[in-house]
Amino acid sequence: MTLENILSDFDFLDEWEDRYRYIIELGRTLEPLDDADRSDANKVQGCVSQVWLATKVEPNGSDKGPRLTFIGDSDALIVRGLIAILFAIYSGKPAAEILNTDAQAIFSNLGLGEHLTPQRSNGFVSMVERIQSDARHALEGETAVH
Amino acid sequence: MVDTMTRSRTKDGPAADFDVERIRADFPILSREIHGKPLVYLDNAASAQKPKAVLDAIQNAYAHEYANVHRGLHYLSNTATENYEKARETVRKYLNARSTDEIIFTRNATEAVNLVAQCFGGMVIGEGDEIVLTIMEHHSNIVPWHFHRERNGAVIKWAPVSDEGDFLIEEFEKLLTSRTKMVAVTHMSNALGTVVPAKEVVRLARERGIPVLFDGAQSAVHMAVDVQDLDCDFYVFTGHKLYGPTGIGVLYAKKEHLEAMPPYQGGGEMIGTVTTDNVTYAKPPHRFEAGTPAIVQAIGLGAALDYVTNIGHDRIKAHEGRVLAYAQQRLGEINSLRMFGTAKEKGSIISFAMEGAHAHDISTIIDRSGIAVRAGTHCAEPLLARFGVTSTCRASFAMYNTVDEVDALADALIKAQDFFA
Repeated sequence: MTLENILSDFDFLDEWEDRYRYIIELGRTLEPLDDADRSDANKVQGCVSQVWLATKVEPNGSDKGPRLTFIGDSDALIVRGLIAILFAIYSGKPAAEILNTDAQAIFSNLGLGEHLTPQRSNGFVSMVERIQSDARHALEGETAVH
Repeated sequence: MVDTMTRSRTKDGPAADFDVERIRADFPILSREIHGKPLVYLDNAASAQKPKAVLDAIQNAYAHEYANVHRGLHYLSNTATENYEKARETVRKYLNARSTDEIIFTRNATEAVNLVAQCFGGMVIGEGDEIVLTIMEHHSNIVPWHFHRERNGAVIKWAPVSDEGDFLIEEFEKLLTSRTKMVAVTHMSNALGTVVPAKEVVRLARERGIPVLFDGAQSAVHMAVDVQDLDCDFYVFTGHKLYGPTGIGVLYAKKEHLEAMPPYQGGGEMIGTVTTDNVTYAKPPHRFEAGTPAIVQAIGLGAALDYVTNIGHDRIKAHEGRVLAYAQQRLGEINSLRMFGTAKEKGSIISFAMEGAHAHDISTIIDRSGIAVRAGTHCAEPLLARFGVTSTCRASFAMYNTVDEVDALADALIKAQDFFA
């Protein structure tokens, strides 16, 4: 699912109920994480729901830095759906592009900004921070991430 | 009219003349809407809303009677000091303590526990000594004791609960040994609502000369507390869960302990004299209140306690009991819900999980119906681990909640169920 698809699907969904049903469906399409990847190192801190993120860094041969691919999971379905949107924004993109993309703005446009307000209970916010820091490290030439 | 009321009191008990709509009118925030729906606020165990009496007391204190307290020799300082110390007397009465010297104002219940763990625990707990907690404790009554484990080699023993969430007094008794130096237990669990038989706990500890602290963060809200009758050594609670302001908590401690305890923090207000090479300390309670205290918050707390006392704990308890019983019935009819904590002695808290949905999912969906509940670990991770879950939803009821709000919650949950089917 590309970000363009998600944005245009959202245009058709006026009611919050339909939007959440759509997010939950997106969550169901997210590829589950292997047990091996459900490690403590991949766990993102947050006390309401559990969130995991594994990052793969590949050389890209461009000046935008290496390409980062993400897989992730959560035990909450809505959070899985939000992760799917986040991966549509970031996964498979070069590091420099990731650093220049503001997920907060996109989520706000989708009427989902509240999910990215910084609060300690929210593992999803920490996930965005980790994606950004992984991209920064990748750009600085570090290959081994988590 | 009076006759009717008296009769209904005898017939239906104290709840009969409890007018919840009149109570609700005292709380301005309850009339607002969330996502276009009337607010249904069921997150009271985390923090309660404030009645107008408290808001007015705060406004009045700042607008007309504000200055720093103690040792000021002008009119406003004297007035503020009087009001602040009057609030201490209100707290003393609320807990039925012997003297205001036994009432310390803190930032919250957490700080009160930390004060006891550091100043009293520091005197009595050594390497290999044991501290008895329950598995239901809030992290506030766990982590300060973990410090003794980490730093001084103390050992923490955990009193268990049954699968229903009942406190097991016989199991608790078995944990008390000659090495036990402290019993620190919740009076009412914030995650399950279980009420601990406090007098029994004190009796068993007292027989062995062990001091007892109660975490009253929940119980002080929902029941009348008499520290002399309980005969506990320490009792802590917080203002913001008791319809009062944030930033103010209370430590009750027996005078003999306070007089023996070293100061908590150093600063102004807590000293006798200070010279370049010596310092003497003030007597309790001021020895434990370093720096400018939370003056207006204490006054606001006094107003909150007056408000609760005027309505009366017996009437509040009867009302909350009815709301809880109705909630247990309505939520019990929803097959996908698993309940946690159905103890016989229980306050107005209901914890649950929904099959196929995470607590995070449920709270996000029902928020859209204007319903505020808490999702997560409720700062009680050992308890959730004991029940084999990583999170639950919690609805907690205050004096202003209604059976109609329980219906709104049940309807929203039934609707949420459909999202995750």
